[in-house]
Order: sequence, then C-alpha cells, then structure tokens
Amino acid sequence: MTLSSPTDVRERLAAVDYLADDAIATTVYLAAALGKPLLVEGPAGVGKTELAKAVAAITDARLVRLQCYEGLDEARALYEWNYRKQLLRIQAAGDQEWSATHDDIFSEEFLLERPLLTAIRRTDPTVLLIDEIDKADVEVEGLLLEVLSDFQVTIPELGTITAARRPFVVLTSNATRELSEALKRRCLYLHLDHPSPERERDIVRARVPGIDEALATRLAQVVAVLRELELKKPPSIAETVDWARTLLALGLDRLGGEEIAATLGVVLKHHSDQERARKEVVAGDATAR
Amino acid sequence: MALLDRHLAFLAALREAGLPVSLAEGLDAVHALAAIDLAERKALRAAYAATLVKRQAHREAFDTLFDLWFPPVTGSPETARERPAYGDPEVRRLRDELSRLLVEGDDDLLRDFARQAVGAYGRGSGGGSGGSPWFSYQVLRTLSPDTLMAGLLAAVLTERGGLDEKVARRTFTRRIERLERFVAEDVRRRIAEETGAGKAARGAVRRPLEEIDFLRATRADLTAIRREIQPLARRLAARLTHRRRHGGRGRLDFRRTVRASLSTGGVPLTTHHRPPRPHKPELVVLCDASDSVSSFAHFTLLLTYALREQFARVRAFAFIDDLDEITRFFAPGADVVEAMTRMTREARLVWISGHSDYGRAFGVFADRYADAITPKTSLLILGDARSNYGSLNLETVERLAGRARHAYWLNPEPLRDWDTGDSAASAYGAVVPMRECRNLAQLADFVESLA
Repeated sequence: MTLSSPTDVRERLAAVDYLADDAIATTVYLAAALGKPLLVEGPAGVGKTELAKAVAAITDARLVRLQCYEGLDEARALYEWNYRKQLLRIQAAGDQEWSATHDDIFSEEFLLERPLLTAIRRTDPTVLLIDEIDKADVEVEGLLLEVLSDFQVTIPELGTITAARRPFVVLTSNATRELSEALKRRCLYLHLDHPSPERERDIVRARVPGIDEALATRLAQVVAVLRELELKKPPSIAETVDWARTLLALGLDRLGGEEIAATLGVVLKHHSDQERARKEVVAGDATAR
Repeated sequence: MALLDRHLAFLAALREAGLPVSLAEGLDAVHALAAIDLAERKALRAAYAATLVKRQAHREAFDTLFDLWFPPVTGSPETARERPAYGDPEVRRLRDELSRLLVEGDDDLLRDFARQAVGAYGRGSGGGSGGSPWFSYQVLRTLSPDTLMAGLLAAVLTERGGLDEKVARRTFTRRIERLERFVAEDVRRRIAEETGAGKAARGAVRRPLEEIDFLRATRADLTAIRREIQPLARRLAARLTHRRRHGGRGRLDFRRTVRASLSTGGVPLTTHHRPPRPHKPELVVLCDASDSVSSFAHFTLLLTYALREQFARVRAFAFIDDLDEITRFFAPGADVVEAMTRMTREARLVWISGHSDYGRAFGVFADRYADAITPKTSLLILGDARSNYGSLNLETVERLAGRARHAYWLNPEPLRDWDTGDSAASAYGAVVPMRECRNLAQLADFVESLA
C-alpha cells in the first residue's frame, strides 16, 4: 500500500491508534515519497519506536528490528558466517578437494542473516527499524552508510547484494550522543517531544478505551504540570498511558491529591522526583480541600 | 521573487545563522518541495525542517527564519491607531476579547488577534532614521496580558488554590507566551516586508541555549539552562562510559576463552578479555558562591554532581570570604533544587564583608581541609578571580595545586575581560591553568576532558 499524501498518512496512522500531528504526517510521507531513511530523535517514551510499528501496520509491511547496543558489530547487524556449521562441513569433507570445500562453505547455506541483510533481501514491503542508534558505537554508523544511501550490502565472498525493494527505514535516537554528520545528511530528521496536553489527552483516549474524557483531560494536564517541575526523568507518554490504565484498573474516576499520591509510582520512578512532586503538586491540593 | 530564488536565499540565511546546511540537503529539500502541496504552509515548514534541520538546538532559529521567508500573510490592512491610555474603553474591549480567546485557547484565533493588535498599535511613532518601525513591546504594553491572569483564573475555577489552580495557571501561562510569540512573529514579518527579509533576519535569531553566556543570561534562560543540565549529564555519562570501555581491552581472560573455544572444536576463534580497570579521578571543587558568579558555580556543581558516578569521589567547598564544605548537601538521591537553597541558607560562607575574598578563602581551605587534596585529586576552582583588591595568597594556591594531580581554574568571564578592574586572572592563571568557561557548551567540553 502506498501513501498518497500527508493527510492520507495521518488518517491511516489514526486508524491504528497513532495520533500524528502535521509535522509527523508530512515527514513520514516525505520519507516514503523520497525513499529516504527517517531519523526520529527525542526523549525516552514519546513514541519513536511506536511510530515505526505504526508505519509498518499502515503499509502492510513486516517490521524488521535491529536493536542497537554498545558493542553491536557487523556480525550482529549485517550477516555472519555460521562457523560451527562450516567447521562440521570441513571435518565431514574428509578427502574432498579443498577448492570444492571452499566454494561449498561460503554459500547461502552457511550464511546467517542479521536484520540489515534480511531487510535488504526481502521482496515484500518492509519497515526496517534501527532502534536506539545512539547506543551503538560510532563504527556501526559507518556500517550503516552503505545500507542507508545505496540500500546495498557487500559480502566479499558473495558480492554486492542490492535491495530488491527499498525498505522504509526508521532510525531512533535518544540523543545521548551526537550522531555523525554523514549519517544525518542521509536521513530526514524528525524531532518528537512531549505532546501538548490536548494531544496527550487524545492519545490516552485512543490507547485506553473506556477512560472517561474528563479524567483523560485531567490526567494530561497533571502530567503537563509534572513535566514542568525539575525532575530527573519527566514522565513519558507511555507512562501517562500506564497511569490511565492504573486509574481504570483501580476504578478511580477522579484525580485529586490523594489519588495522585497513591499512584505516583506509575509515572515517577526516582525517589527524589516523587518527593518533589508530592511537595509541589499533591501537598498544595491537600491543603485546598 | 521566484520560488527557487526564495529557496536559495532562505538556505543562505540558515547558513548565516549557523545551521550546517549542506548542498545535498538543499537538494533534498527541493525534492521534498516537489512532493508536497506548496499551498499548505504547515507541510512546507515540515518539509524544510525534515530535510534541513538535523539538530533540535537549531529548530528555534529555523522557525524564526522560516516565518520571515515564508510569511503566513502579507500586507497590513489595519490602520495604525494612536496608542490609547490605560483604562480607555477601546483597551478594555480588546482585553475582554483577549481574555475570551485565552480561555478558549484556539491558536489560529489568537494569532489573528495578535496580527490585528500589531497592526493597530505596533507602529512606532518616532520614525527615527533606520530604526525598525514596528515594536512588540508597544503592543504588549497596551494589552498587558500578564495582568489578565487573575481574571482568567476566576473565570475557570470555582475555588482558588491547589492542583486545579496550578493546572489552570500553567495552561494560561503557556497561552500568554504563545500570544507574545505571535506578536513578535508578526512584528518581524512587518519589518521584513518593509526592509527585506535578509535585513530583518539579522539579530532576529537567538543563539542556541548552550551558547548563552552564564553571566548575561536572563532569568528565563537560567531556568532553561538548568533544565538542560540533567540531559547533558546523561549524554556526557554515556560518552564517558563508552570511551572508558573502549580505551583498550583488559588482560586476556584465559578461562572464558578456552570455554568458548569448546563450541568451535577447541579452536579459539574469539578471545575474551577481562574488563579494563577504568581510571576514575577524585574531584575537589572550590567554588566562589558570591552573587556575581553564583549562577555559574551553581551549574558547574549541578553538572559535576549529576556525573558523580564518573568520579571516585567528589568533595565540594563554597566560599565568599569564608569557606565551608558543602558536600553534605549533595547526598545521593537528594533533590538538586533543595540542595542549592540549603547551601545558601546553611553553609557558613560569609565572614565579615560578604564580598569575595579569594586570598582568605584559600587560606582557610589550606588550614582546615588541606588533607582533602591528595596526589589522586583533580582540583577544580570556579570563580571570576575578582578578589575585590584583597590579598591573593598565591603561594597557598600554588602549594595546593602542586599537591593535586591536576588543577584547573574555570573562569566564567569572557577572555577579553580578564585582568580588567580587580580581576587577578593572570596572577592566578600563572599558578593554576585558567580556562574560559562562559556557556554550557564550553562547560560540557571541559567536564568531558576532566573525567
């Protein structure tokens, strides 16, 4: 399924419960139209990974995910030769000519595909999600350059494999380090931030069916106030949604000082943050009552 | 102006404002323009942003310039009016309308309102030569939106106080800020229309937060910078841990290597190593807590404490003309804002005058806490080296610095101001290497080199 316009993107994303604003819809549309990778940056828990999943859902594509971490290397990201199987093959060969064995052990059968190669070789629609690229080492970025600009992978023993069908690539980053200029230049850039209370209310209502509108509004507003305190870790959208589910599960239909105090652990996960919120938000409310 | 010319001029303006827009990115932008409906201004902005702006720090500059080059409306149909006095029925009518709009919170209506207000009251009266003929402060003074708060709160709240008020107050503060931004936007647009976008762009673009001088920052800037400290610390910590882990591998772990080789028929295809022992310095921070530089000391302390795990140990001392240890206020998990207020309230920093006296402070430090400095310590002194013409106590500083493994002095003043007035920058600089540290970017660079 191809995307025809930003409005189309937005409507389809809304259909899978991802509420996109103008910037998100236009940027996703452009990434698809220009065939360029999309780099999504922003604080934790604002829906970066979720966006990739939603795009996969609306384009009927399979999501291939490469989770980055420190020490990620070519063998985990691109491809690897199955050494053990090759070793067995050599031992089993016995008296066979070396040249024959050599040709044999560097064939498809002994190739272990890793996410990047999988995404390149797939002929069906694919969304390649390279998650938390900032966690990976700088060398991995170099590795990605060939994949992202030409959509091809070079394996010395097999030659260059070019994408049969370009995957839609989404890279996400928490900006814990600055990515290289070369990588950024090849990508479209989208910054996701904590949403406005109005949008967050809509997200909560879409994600947590059955929640009362007034409660969702209140929840979004309280979260917005919390984010303005000086916290170590401001609450993310995911945590707001969790909070909404918690309230629903506990059967609470209002969110006053007591309710916040009782369930604060769902959104704030540092002791000092909780103390601060109790003092600034909850205490004020208790005295008012 | 043809679209292409406008596009190129816009790119040039972005580059002038410090955005690294490459040729390839400019071409991408053109491709993107071809793919969208150009009449949709929001889509146009998103297309340019996606292709040209690759760092969030540049976003504000981009938005300002975009509004100048691709204005939402042109011309000013409204007739300029004399600025009415406060209490004029016309002003009352406007303020009532503004209150209504702020309660409703529709951005488009608010923007229209701002435009009309600028058209009516934004025109400068003097007509001085070369000065910009539109002013946002005139508009904001006429409307004085800040004074509407009480009325707004009364309109939506049944009772004051508590969480409800906090929520409402936040909402209205944001909306008033938006109104102010719309006014400023429209003023810039009108100036651009009369003098050309290029000229209006100059000076309109604010520098990114990390380049704002600590000593010249406004209160709003300081709050914004403080918010930036935690994320910055997290970034630095990630980078430092990363560098440590890759700073050479440890010794070969023979047992694990042999164990791993069993699955490959006894051939050690991969070797395993013990993790390297990272070097973690001890840190002693001496900071000037007098008013002139306290905000700088504040940020540096916050940052070093946020990075506590990167150091074996951190001890902090603050001084004005007396010196006290302030490490206790920064216990792990303590609230940073709290720590700062407690520090100013409880620590004994003032002896007689309440003006910085570096000489005496160093003397007190050497007397009472000399054992804090060991050959493993990095000594960090924060201050502007302005000792109000008091003694400098250079020998003591030299002795302390000599005992430490490294010693640094961070001076928040710009280099050109050193040695002016009562500054003893060179005198101290001769004993302890002194570095200029005016903004967040320089501070981050330094802390990274330290750990």
